[in-house]
Amino acid sequence: MADAYIIGVDMIKFGRFPDRTVPQIGSEAALLALDDCGLTIQDMQALYCGNLGQASGMVGQRILQEIGQTGVPVVNVSNACATGATAFREAWTAVKADLYDLVLAVGVEQMGRGLLGGGGGGSGISKEGLLGSGTMPSVFAEAGMEHTRQHGTTFEQFAKVSVKNHHHATMNAKAMYQIETPLEMVMNAEMISYPNTKLMCSVNVDGSAAAVIASEKKARELGLMDRAVKVRASVLTSDPWQERDLVMPDVNTCTRKAAAAAYDMAGLGPEDVNLIELHDCFATAEILHYENLGLCKDGEAGRLIDDGEVQLGGRVPVNVSGGLLSKGHPLGATGIANIYEVSTHLRGEAGKRQVEGARIGLTHVIGLGSACGIHILEKAA
Amino acid sequence: MSTSPLPAVAFLKIPDDGDPYLEGSRCGSCGATFLGQRDICSKCGARAQMATVQLANRGELYSYCIVHRSFPGIDVPYVSAIVDLDGGGTVKGNLIGVEPDPAKIDFGMPVEVVYDDALGRKDRDGNAYLAYFFKPLT
Repeated sequence: MADAYIIGVDMIKFGRFPDRTVPQIGSEAALLALDDCGLTIQDMQALYCGNLGQASGMVGQRILQEIGQTGVPVVNVSNACATGATAFREAWTAVKADLYDLVLAVGVEQMGRGLLGGGGGGSGISKEGLLGSGTMPSVFAEAGMEHTRQHGTTFEQFAKVSVKNHHHATMNAKAMYQIETPLEMVMNAEMISYPNTKLMCSVNVDGSAAAVIASEKKARELGLMDRAVKVRASVLTSDPWQERDLVMPDVNTCTRKAAAAAYDMAGLGPEDVNLIELHDCFATAEILHYENLGLCKDGEAGRLIDDGEVQLGGRVPVNVSGGLLSKGHPLGATGIANIYEVSTHLRGEAGKRQVEGARIGLTHVIGLGSACGIHILEKAA
Repeated sequence: MSTSPLPAVAFLKIPDDGDPYLEGSRCGSCGATFLGQRDICSKCGARAQMATVQLANRGELYSYCIVHRSFPGIDVPYVSAIVDLDGGGTVKGNLIGVEPDPAKIDFGMPVEVVYDDALGRKDRDGNAYLAYFFKPLT
């Protein structure tokens, strides 16, 4: 099968846009991505649209009703926080299958505020705070504490993740926040679910991101290979059976399975990757994924953050965009926003936060429940 | 309205004559244990191999977090705990009888499952509920 390339990709500055509709927010990124490669919506042969909040609301079609009703196939995708990556992957799959030469993937979300999860459901009485906690900060705190149990990882090490990602965001104008958060500020912020303080929880923001994917033949024909980014691997996994998974969602095994498949598909290993955007929905989660993605051996994640290996200028910078912790986490947009970030570095266009000489990058998202999406990208030769 | 408390979750069983307990299913083909009743094993896919089992009232603390921010009306802080029951089965619940302080909570500490009123919570019909909690074994 011929390769597929990202030829246009962009995201809007994440923020809060209560006066705009979801299709309007998604349309903005769609047009930015089309402008990035000088094409129009009339050139697109299909649209894959990721959104969670209005999953039954035909968001993809409503985007076309805003920017051009061309009658092309539209697929609306919902896959928890892996929604954007799944929409991108469906678009990639269609190009790889030789169904289309030019497709558009959009991820968009308009978020409420406050805690996610823990809503319960079912009949009777609320179980939150009665049978433990099901909020996302709690679920990922418990996943972090499992790492503490196994490897002695400390509250301070988890907090350092947030210091790093907030620092990175000061160099990203499209991030929600551009503020430095020193270690004591992170550790002394309001405790939400120990060991995650408020500054160690991702930011609920509205946002959108989009990518135009082309077949190699079409990318060459259009003369767009200069800034094209090759999709070396695209992998999606669900949660394989694990002893505790149905009670304590296991984000590790599905990530390890996806990472192994992605490295295999790309024909390379973690040592070849120059930068990573991974799913730091909570500071605790980022620590787990250093090991899950093979950046270090099991038990070494705490040392990795202590030694600065994962910060800009380090061995393998992680979340130089600011990550979900500071750039923000509009659920359905995140998986494509990560792809925008890595693509921007591979193109050498990331400005102050540029990872010098970046040639290979990896994006990772987790949708709890669970889905893991990994993409490995490379600057086109 | 029921005169006796209802179970807070379906896998908590309240026999007419006897003590409450947690119910699970065990796959006769691969041995996987699940909470509650089910017909098919999601580990090995075996059908019609599930046996209903009474889960143990003792176990050990696997992981936890300390919840400081929750929804209105929920008392904080409290400990949300993941417990591995002796003989199989993992359950999430509140760990009580211990200070909500990481220095006071040890991974692997033995706990027992205790049954009590569901913190005064009632449904719209005014029914009271019975819940389970974890308590350190001393």
